[in-house]
Amino acid sequence: MTTEAGSETEVKENAEEKSAVQLDQSEKTTEGTQEVAATEGEERQTEKEKEKEGKGITRYLPTWFKKQKSQSQTSPTKEVPPTEEPTIKVSQEEAHIPEVNGHAEEVEEKEAVGPQQQQVKEKESHSNASADTEPAGEGKVESAQKSLEGTEETTKEGAKEEKKKEEVEKEGGQGQTFIFQSPLRLVRKNKMKLVVCHVTLLDGSDFTCEVEKRAKGLFLFFKVCEHLNLLEKDYFGLTYKDHHEQKCWLDSTKEIKRQIRSNNWQFAFNVKFYPPDPSLLSEDITRYLLCLQLREDVASGRLPCSFVTHALLGSYTLQAELGDYEPDQPRPLDYISQLTFAPNQSKEMEEKILELHKSHKGMTPAQADCQFLENAKKLSMYGVDLHHAKDCEGVDIMLGVCANGLLVYKDRLRINRFAWPKILKISYKRNNFYIKIRPGETEQFESTVGFKLQNHRSAKRLWKVCVENHSFFRLNAAEQPTKARFLTLGSKFRYSGRTQNQTRLASTLIDRPAPAFERTSSKRISRSLDGAPMISITDTSREAENGREPHLELHSDSKVKEADLSPGSVEATPAQSPVRVRGDNIYDHDKTQEEVLKHQASVSELKRSFMEAPPPSPPQLNLWEKRLTSSPAMATRVQQQTVVPETEASAAAAANGDAKEPAKTTEVEIEETVVVQEISKAPKAAEELQTQEVKDRDGAGLQKKHESVSSESESDEEAEYHPNVSVSISHTQIPEEKEEEEAEEEQGKKEKLTAASSPVEPEQAAAAVEEEEKQSSKEEEKKEVSTEEPMMTPDEASNGITSREEAASVAAEEEELPKVNGETSVVEARPQVICCSEPPVVKTEMVTISDTFAAQKTEIATKEVPIVHTETKTITYEAAQLDGSGDGEPGVLMTAQTITSESLCTTTTTHITKTLKGGLSETRIEKRIVITGDCDIDHDQALAQAIKEAKEQHPDMSVTRVVVHKETELAEEDD
Amino acid sequence: MAGLMAGFGRYTHAIVRGTPESLAKGALRSSQAEVDVTIAQREHDAYVHVLRTTLGLEILELPADETLPDCVFVEDAAVVCGDTALITRPGAESRRGETEAMKGALKELNLNVVEMTDESATLEGGDVLFTGREFFVGLSKRTNQRGAEILADAFKDYAVSTVPVSEGLHLKSFCSMGGPGLIIIGSSEPAQKALKIMQQMSDHRYDKLTVPDDLAANCIYMNLPNKGHVLLHCTSEEFPESVKVFEKLKDHMLIPVSNMEKRKVDGALTCCSVLINKKANN
Repeated sequence: MTTEAGSETEVKENAEEKSAVQLDQSEKTTEGTQEVAATEGEERQTEKEKEKEGKGITRYLPTWFKKQKSQSQTSPTKEVPPTEEPTIKVSQEEAHIPEVNGHAEEVEEKEAVGPQQQQVKEKESHSNASADTEPAGEGKVESAQKSLEGTEETTKEGAKEEKKKEEVEKEGGQGQTFIFQSPLRLVRKNKMKLVVCHVTLLDGSDFTCEVEKRAKGLFLFFKVCEHLNLLEKDYFGLTYKDHHEQKCWLDSTKEIKRQIRSNNWQFAFNVKFYPPDPSLLSEDITRYLLCLQLREDVASGRLPCSFVTHALLGSYTLQAELGDYEPDQPRPLDYISQLTFAPNQSKEMEEKILELHKSHKGMTPAQADCQFLENAKKLSMYGVDLHHAKDCEGVDIMLGVCANGLLVYKDRLRINRFAWPKILKISYKRNNFYIKIRPGETEQFESTVGFKLQNHRSAKRLWKVCVENHSFFRLNAAEQPTKARFLTLGSKFRYSGRTQNQTRLASTLIDRPAPAFERTSSKRISRSLDGAPMISITDTSREAENGREPHLELHSDSKVKEADLSPGSVEATPAQSPVRVRGDNIYDHDKTQEEVLKHQASVSELKRSFMEAPPPSPPQLNLWEKRLTSSPAMATRVQQQTVVPETEASAAAAANGDAKEPAKTTEVEIEETVVVQEISKAPKAAEELQTQEVKDRDGAGLQKKHESVSSESESDEEAEYHPNVSVSISHTQIPEEKEEEEAEEEQGKKEKLTAASSPVEPEQAAAAVEEEEKQSSKEEEKKEVSTEEPMMTPDEASNGITSREEAASVAAEEEELPKVNGETSVVEARPQVICCSEPPVVKTEMVTISDTFAAQKTEIATKEVPIVHTETKTITYEAAQLDGSGDGEPGVLMTAQTITSESLCTTTTTHITKTLKGGLSETRIEKRIVITGDCDIDHDQALAQAIKEAKEQHPDMSVTRVVVHKETELAEEDD
Repeated sequence: MAGLMAGFGRYTHAIVRGTPESLAKGALRSSQAEVDVTIAQREHDAYVHVLRTTLGLEILELPADETLPDCVFVEDAAVVCGDTALITRPGAESRRGETEAMKGALKELNLNVVEMTDESATLEGGDVLFTGREFFVGLSKRTNQRGAEILADAFKDYAVSTVPVSEGLHLKSFCSMGGPGLIIIGSSEPAQKALKIMQQMSDHRYDKLTVPDDLAANCIYMNLPNKGHVLLHCTSEEFPESVKVFEKLKDHMLIPVSNMEKRKVDGALTCCSVLINKKANN
């Protein structure tokens, strides 16, 4: 639920708009007949609702329609005198929250519209401030694209989808508002520092723009894409040079300032993911940009090719840039020798290029680009990102990351290749980079291959590239596009953008006239040639593009295909029973302890891998978290933060906390499920990890612990940032402090942060949602499957853990169960509670601080709270323990991820199994989502949200268990 | 001008070379077999006849050189792909001279001739398997890493992966292409192991056709206008079981070619010609 975030930004918006309006009163529309009531927020909601009802279709309309609509909507806001701002802020929030609790669905839908409006508003304020100089606003384009996407899905899903996207772009959007705020506001707030960014574009030109100093990478990236009029932007990225002149990708989720060095705001726009089949791209402009990148790659030698290929590619370049070969063209050879086609370009090659150019007569620039790409994509090094490394014997090799996996080269020879499905885990430690390989048919054990990189930085960079490439290309295997989305969204550090499948789907929905773009040649030619051909070329290209070339139709064919592979195909599978309650039969299943342990082992493997390869740069609000942040539960919390200064748990309490047993456990059971083992996933993970550490006495674990201790003071420092910083800022601050730290350090710090400074919230609640999703091609099979399911369910892990490590606590819980059931009402009445924090990734145990009286909450709440804002851990692709027909596709992949935001911790375990049975392919996705919060979670809300999200990702899923679990504990220290 | 990898198996020309009398005594061999040069020559004539008459290739026949007993096995002297020809540096010293005549012939065909000048490099064409999408180079007694590197440098468009060849003379002693994306492979353990490696190293998927006899896995595939898929393979006198497997290839025009005598000196079907596609290149 985005209520909170939504309202907050709206408030901001209001403020901005107000100022904007003051600047430009004439902008006021006359439509604002509705007077601003005391509760402005409510009014806005009503309006949104109206729009919703009356114009449900708006979503499907191009945004420029919506823009007009929302302009009228925002107009009342503008009339609010700025002096009222503070009041409004509060009242707005208040107005929102009751609604949220009341009508979850409604609000959700409203939210879907909300952000869009918001963005439009941003756009509006933008134009107010910048005197309407920008013809096509990013907001417009974005939401247009989004709204188009929405049509693919059911209304709700569509709305949801949009919302998500909005969330994604909110960062950018917010940034935008910063930039385009009215000068008035700048003066008033006196903190907006603008910096000038220089971005080298693919055609070699320089794009300069101003961004707010704290702007995130995404914002700048969007600015550039907007400038380029690029919609299919997911294949691209911005790079910067670090201290060591190494090219690094700008992380879109992080502040630019924190990534670049020495205040050098110099970037380059580059292709980040080379589409394996460029003909599937929707727009010529995207292909053109890809061509530009490849021309550069070829000319620089990064993309090696033979003489003939150089000549061929060069000839297509000429055709695209110059049009048909003109015999009377003034000294063509002189001209082309000014262009670089190859690293060592000879006269012979130039002649060959010209010769081939002649043969392309009649080809439009777009066609020439296509031909160029068709040839370039077949080159063996196309899209391969090379990294220098040494093998275990110290021999120089190159590691190439590409769409299919990791390639190992020695000199120019490929000496090994690890396809993504073969890789179970990717990690790095210091300057070592490791991949764990799935055992082959004949092998019994996984093997780990290690490579040495030059230094820690390069290892980290390689790791990041691997994670991103894997996410982008692999995580949406055509059969399971939704899983990809899920993973991508969730596992931020990783890759925050759309995966290839998603972006392809989005591309199919692009519905704009082919944008006109100027080819570089136009500039170049006018310089080096006598200008003759230039104009006519551009003209022909336009005509050709509008006239729908044959190749264009081909594309649309492929688009359709693409679309079919995506959600549509999922929907085609028979619908599952929406909610299945399987109650307490969890333990009844015929599975051996061995299996349980096996499964558990793999889970702990996941955990371990978290530790081995923690996100180098942590805690940013990612998409997933964004959504979390905006959940009503968060809303409550944040509200608390704003109204009442945050409190800090006494560090001592936290430190001692691990020794404590939960004093009281409350479980809210939904759907009559009896859950025995259910304590929140996170603590389990923590305990498990701890156990591991204890077990490995080989020093590694201990060392980590030491590190964590040593970083304690540091983390305390970080914690200091908090109390006085407003929420939105603190989001970004702490994480970035850690950006450059060693993985383990981070880990340790996290640990300490959470442990020592566990944000003491008055109440803690954990909501666990377990879902099991299946997509199978036949109903009959399903039964079979469902009997097997328990074996695959993550529950098992819990069971295993329970039996092994948590017997005691579970026993305690079991004892409490009756009580629990009886106390459901108590839960709703907000029992006196708790606090607990437990990022599952952390190696320490769960820290629990208890509080007896609700009355004391407020007092506690006035102390400082160091908060760990966000943390994301993911990455491990683990083999599922397949039964029988094991030799199927290696599409088995299991993930687990944990996202810790400031008050919510979400752990998601996904288990994907693909089996071939009797010739039928069956894909089963089992997902377990555990949301743990240290504030009062609105269970219904959180559940609805989680289910909704999961449903949207996997329309066919069935929820097998929903468990709400609440822990109440007492902390003597707080008395 | 055809793009990359257009028309795998399309050939217009073939370079062959006469069988010298010295083959009987002088040719290198892994067995102790006695070779009847007359039979070998007759076989070779039949082979050339198939290429010329049945398949309509333009044949460039180099004269036999008695000082080069292995000269009939032209494949090892050059690797041709597209319009680039790499003159090899055979691992067997006695064969280094074979490349001279080959170079001349290739130049005559206006190919881009690249020479392997590095003294440390060895490469024989029998170790080079071109699949249409990429190269696999067997690292054998006759071919080393450096040779493979030079090949990779000569054919920059393609991935070049190395495959250790522990048994057999060359990589292609137990495998060859049977069509686009179809690898014919022997059933011996080393052969299967090599195939696994190739599959692992490749971004592309290959089907495999396993034949009982490793030596029978060496075939010549062509895709010719008006003829479609053509496969030259061993005769049923030589490897009856393997021939049964080939006969399952319904889409292929199957042409059994006898190679009994030359096999005694480790000569396989592919060894006796260098196939070239000239028309596609300009």
